[in-house]
Amino acid sequence: MTSWVVETLGPDAVMVRFGEVITPALVPIIRAATDLLRETLGEGVRDLVPSYTTLMVSFDPLAHSVNEMTGRVNALLQTLDEQQLGDAGEQIEIPVWYDPVVGPDLKRVARYHQLSVDEVIARHCVVDYHVFAIGFAPGFAYLGETPEALATPRLDTPRAKVPVGSVALADRQTAVYPIATPGGWNLIGRTPMTMFDRSRPQLCPVATGDRVRFVPISRAEFLARGGRFEQGDVV
Amino acid sequence: MTSGGLKVIKPGPLTLLQDLGRFGYQHLGLSPGGAADEHAFRWANRLLGNDPNAPALEVTLGGVCLLVERPLQIALTGADQQANVNGRPINPWCTHTLAEGDRLQFGFSNSGVRAYLAVRGGFDVAPCFGSVATVTREKMGGLDGSGAPLKEGDVLPCPDTRAVFGRTVPSRFIPDYRKPVTLRLMISERRGWFSAAALERLYRTAYRLSSRSDRMGARLEGETVASRVKGIVSEPIPFGAVQVPPDGLPIVLLKDRQTIGGYPKIGTVHPLDAFALAQCQPGGTVRFAPATLEECQRE
Repeated sequence: MTSWVVETLGPDAVMVRFGEVITPALVPIIRAATDLLRETLGEGVRDLVPSYTTLMVSFDPLAHSVNEMTGRVNALLQTLDEQQLGDAGEQIEIPVWYDPVVGPDLKRVARYHQLSVDEVIARHCVVDYHVFAIGFAPGFAYLGETPEALATPRLDTPRAKVPVGSVALADRQTAVYPIATPGGWNLIGRTPMTMFDRSRPQLCPVATGDRVRFVPISRAEFLARGGRFEQGDVV
Repeated sequence: MTSGGLKVIKPGPLTLLQDLGRFGYQHLGLSPGGAADEHAFRWANRLLGNDPNAPALEVTLGGVCLLVERPLQIALTGADQQANVNGRPINPWCTHTLAEGDRLQFGFSNSGVRAYLAVRGGFDVAPCFGSVATVTREKMGGLDGSGAPLKEGDVLPCPDTRAVFGRTVPSRFIPDYRKPVTLRLMISERRGWFSAAALERLYRTAYRLSSRSDRMGARLEGETVASRVKGIVSEPIPFGAVQVPPDGLPIVLLKDRQTIGGYPKIGTVHPLDAFALAQCQPGGTVRFAPATLEECQRE
């Protein structure tokens, strides 16, 4: 049985919260809720932004009040038919060059968990990850969950610039930075794959609900596939 | 019909085409972007009788020189950057008429950070994913869709429209950007993330705006208000959200914010106050004050 609460975020946004912890069981529910609200809420809604356990509805505050929006969202979600929730999704492989040169936090993550660098890599590669959400930056796919033995807190102060393609860990989540951006996750490697391509109709190689597996590659293969780095481009 | 408009002689440190933002793509991670100070942006279009979403220029800090290629009516709002036409000073917060061959120059901000320059009818620029809003980090929007700031030699196409009567913004709507900023804060419903003591510390601290602030977020320096939790399950971020990383220093998330984030949030500031914050110069004083949703919705 699906349950939720609608929280007020501000005069132009409410958030539907479906749970407190990350679980694959919420992925199809939140996707169905997003589709339903997209089809039925209509004018004045600016964005529907799904994440692991939440769905933000942002709207024009001159067109809707928070109370009215909260009431409509609650009423619409009552009609959600759980029998019709799908579980489709493709399997996608993302090649990664794991190395301290492009993964400046790799050794620290290993020390933090009292593992060798090779053990960190092996544990990161062995899992089929769910795409829980895309957000934070264009094409930034939140993947989970990493093994408990890799759960690592975010940096105390985010880096001002994380290079494109960086593969990163935070708590029990993992992701690839699709563009250069500030970021607070632990960097352990880099992929040559383009994670956000505006010339392609689907924009991103992964979609919410897909499965992802990371495949280790060598420095030579990284370069051969078009991967880029400069010595010291991230510290 | 469009033929020429404003030619960029000097682009200044950061001059961006903006509108009200790029909506409908946050689920793919595209930042909404848009004018950092929507109050000043909306007045610029309103003075000219434009659509509220008409593309206009956001001039950061000043330093711009533009050559007028055809007769134009413009409106100038936001930061006072000592603009002049052919060396003759012109006032912000009103409309002006320019002749072909005029040079419109901006000095540097003596109060505020961002000036807005609108033309009658709005700049005639093709939207990129529904908006011209320039998000440089994402390489989105702007004159050619590449997210680039204005550069020397760019030409901003202006539509051929009839001028309106000259207008000035009533003085009560013109903010004084030199005053300390007070951010009315709507506390998050997730109260457990911060202690009462942390909240009290937030309200009594006179923060300074960090020079590391940008269109993505205003970083504050002062007393720390660390959360009880280090990270949360990443969730969507509304405009004006106040997130607190483990170093305890609050960041107010503005127009170019990321769509989803995993730092705990202490609440959301009133949109009008977040616009004022975008006009605060580094080192400026910023305070928080408690507010309710009703207060935030009223304006």
